[in-house]
Amino acid sequence: MSTGATPSKYRIKVDHDQCMLCERCIDNCSYGVFRREGQKIAVDSHKCTACHRCIAMCPRDAIELEEKPNDYRSHPVWTREAREAIYKQANSGQIILSGMGNALDYPIIFDRLVLDACQVTNPSIDPLREPMELRTYLGKKPRQIVLDRTKKGDYDLKTKLSPNLMLETPVMIGHMSYGAISLNAQLSMAKAVSELGTFMGTGEGGLHKDLYPYQNHMIVQVASGRFGVDINYLERGSAIEIKIGQGAKPGIGGHLPGEKVEEDVSKTRMIPLHSDAISPAPHHDIYSIEDLAQLVRSLKEATEWKKPVFVKIAAVHNVAAIAAGIARSSADAVVIDGFRGGTGAAPRVFRDHVGIPIEAAIAAVDEKLRHQGIRNEVSLIASGGIRDSADLTKAIALGADAVYIGTAALIAMGCRVCGSCYRGLCPWGIATQRPELVSRINPDEASKNVANLIKGWTLELAELMGAAGINSLESLRGNRDRLRGYMLDEEMMKVLDVKMIGA
Amino acid sequence: METITIDAANLHYTPLNIKIRELIRQGKKRIVLNNICGQRFIGNGIRGDDIEIVINGVPGGDLGMFMSGPTLIVHGNCDHAPGNTMDSGKIVIHGSAGDATAHSMRGGEVFVRDDIGYRGGIHMKEYHGKRPVLVVGGKAGSFIGEYMAGGLLIVLGIDRNTPVRGKGIGSGIHGGKIIIRGDVDENLLGIGAKKEPLSGEDMEDLEKYLKEYCRLFEHDFEDLSGSFYTKIIPASSRPFAGKYCWE
Ligand code: SF4
Ligand code: SF4
Repeated sequence: MSTGATPSKYRIKVDHDQCMLCERCIDNCSYGVFRREGQKIAVDSHKCTACHRCIAMCPRDAIELEEKPNDYRSHPVWTREAREAIYKQANSGQIILSGMGNALDYPIIFDRLVLDACQVTNPSIDPLREPMELRTYLGKKPRQIVLDRTKKGDYDLKTKLSPNLMLETPVMIGHMSYGAISLNAQLSMAKAVSELGTFMGTGEGGLHKDLYPYQNHMIVQVASGRFGVDINYLERGSAIEIKIGQGAKPGIGGHLPGEKVEEDVSKTRMIPLHSDAISPAPHHDIYSIEDLAQLVRSLKEATEWKKPVFVKIAAVHNVAAIAAGIARSSADAVVIDGFRGGTGAAPRVFRDHVGIPIEAAIAAVDEKLRHQGIRNEVSLIASGGIRDSADLTKAIALGADAVYIGTAALIAMGCRVCGSCYRGLCPWGIATQRPELVSRINPDEASKNVANLIKGWTLELAELMGAAGINSLESLRGNRDRLRGYMLDEEMMKVLDVKMIGA
Repeated sequence: METITIDAANLHYTPLNIKIRELIRQGKKRIVLNNICGQRFIGNGIRGDDIEIVINGVPGGDLGMFMSGPTLIVHGNCDHAPGNTMDSGKIVIHGSAGDATAHSMRGGEVFVRDDIGYRGGIHMKEYHGKRPVLVVGGKAGSFIGEYMAGGLLIVLGIDRNTPVRGKGIGSGIHGGKIIIRGDVDENLLGIGAKKEPLSGEDMEDLEKYLKEYCRLFEHDFEDLSGSFYTKIIPASSRPFAGKYCWE
């Protein structure tokens, strides 16, 4: 190789004075960085992914990790990343795969939006004293209702309502499939959402039988590979989601390498052991919005119109027009996944360069649906880089009904966003199928962590709403008057339909 | 066996499907649907190996989607994607079918007497005892068996000058096999597909379905059994290995 070796991304150092030779680092590092050499722990930093497992497990605080220990000559254009990608491709001639979400330094619009609070003229509401209505319903709402007065003087509802999902908090967990993540990771999240009265997605990996007890809180996914999809699966889900695209890799399909398709994954996906699970880029029975409507209705017919059907798309340039088409397809909710959405594996060029941020997408979609008078036809679920209750609150104020979180839920179980999920060696037992790693997650414990995170956000959401004098989620949704743009340009504020700070 | 007849003239697909389900729930085993004209989703998600539904007319798209067990016999043509994501059972079409016939089918059999449109049998897959089979008597459009992950796809080209019109046969195929009557031009194969002569086992496999085709559509078995056949299979079970490197 004429390019030579590239420097290690990380340097691991063991403080030998602190180290008590317990070898926990050796046991915990699934990448084989540590080994025992006589009375010392020796390291091979080149293998390190910065997952922090060793640091978290070292009882003596003896491990130190440094990022980018070797500097290149700095250059504003030929950054380290640009140079290293070239070395990689010069040697391989291949597509570069990467994990987790968009890693380019785009400005985050959420961080340039500020929330409002009441002062003097209208009092804020104390959520401790006053009830806060955080319950929300996902699905079609009738344009009008017809009531019949009975002889007794009661009213009967004549309008037939569409099935809706009832959420006790507007935070759901998005689709991460069994195969991409471990069963224990899925179980932990399923326990958490069931306890909290919210929902999670199965991803395109089928529904493992151990998740059946939580099926009333699971949204089953139908993606282009149709893995694990049969009538039993559809009937088990509380809702069905058609996945057209995903924010981390809009426009392309997915591919679970055969190595990850072990016994149980193969059973759940209904494909042979160790065969590649390939999801084509499009659904080959959907080449138009009419075809989409056909699949939506087909799913409804198959499940006797008892389940809401969602359609998930990546946020791309024409997201608003596409969402308006979806709203007319009989779908009950549209899920928009912004370009910061995470993933186990995506071509780097897609992860970093294709799609638009979720903030602009929510605003554009909500506005388009309202202008066309069809906002009631679909709920709007936003996802892709929701990090905290501030992002959640702002997403709802921009027009979302609820959000899906993904990476945040994984971080709640220990994930360090090392971005090496595609290696299948996740030392936190999340993005792996190796039994010895998967067993590192205890679903009873991890489910508490996930539930705590959502509880914490929900409390903060209630406080933020109370401070703004709002006592129900309904009044926050699409309430862009409670947002102001800070250091956003005028055009951007037009898209978001928010005013400038001070205005 | 008791046969229940439904006159479907001017009946929307939802009430029609509700009726069918009701009859199945009542234990009816044989249902005849008359005057079918474009109603979609007939037999979607229904179950029962001993159920038979005869469809007189032209059903709409997604006939028998997610179906698990029953037999549908269509006297007429079919629209888009009959047998879509079907689990098990049988669809017999006395006519032609549209695009994406047997799309993502995971089990059961679809027999089409005449032609099918584009993308037939795309992404069919098999698992354990379940093996989907699509038999086309006439010709098929482009991209037949694309991304195929399992199962058997047979195209006979009876009375057609070519069994497959168009290109991209089996592009991205990584499981299962396609058998086409006559020779297939190398240029028509998609990326990842390769030709091979049939083995004795393949011949047995083929004959079983040829016999069934002939029985269903009253065709002369000798007319088909003496022909030359081409088998198309994956060049590799991992068509995408080697395309990627890690960040
Ligand atoms: S890969 Fe993780 S466990 Fe191994 S040395 Fe690096 S940070 Fe520590
Ligand atoms: S899930 Fe595991 S492998 Fe993936 S980023 Fe998190 S810690 Fe790393």
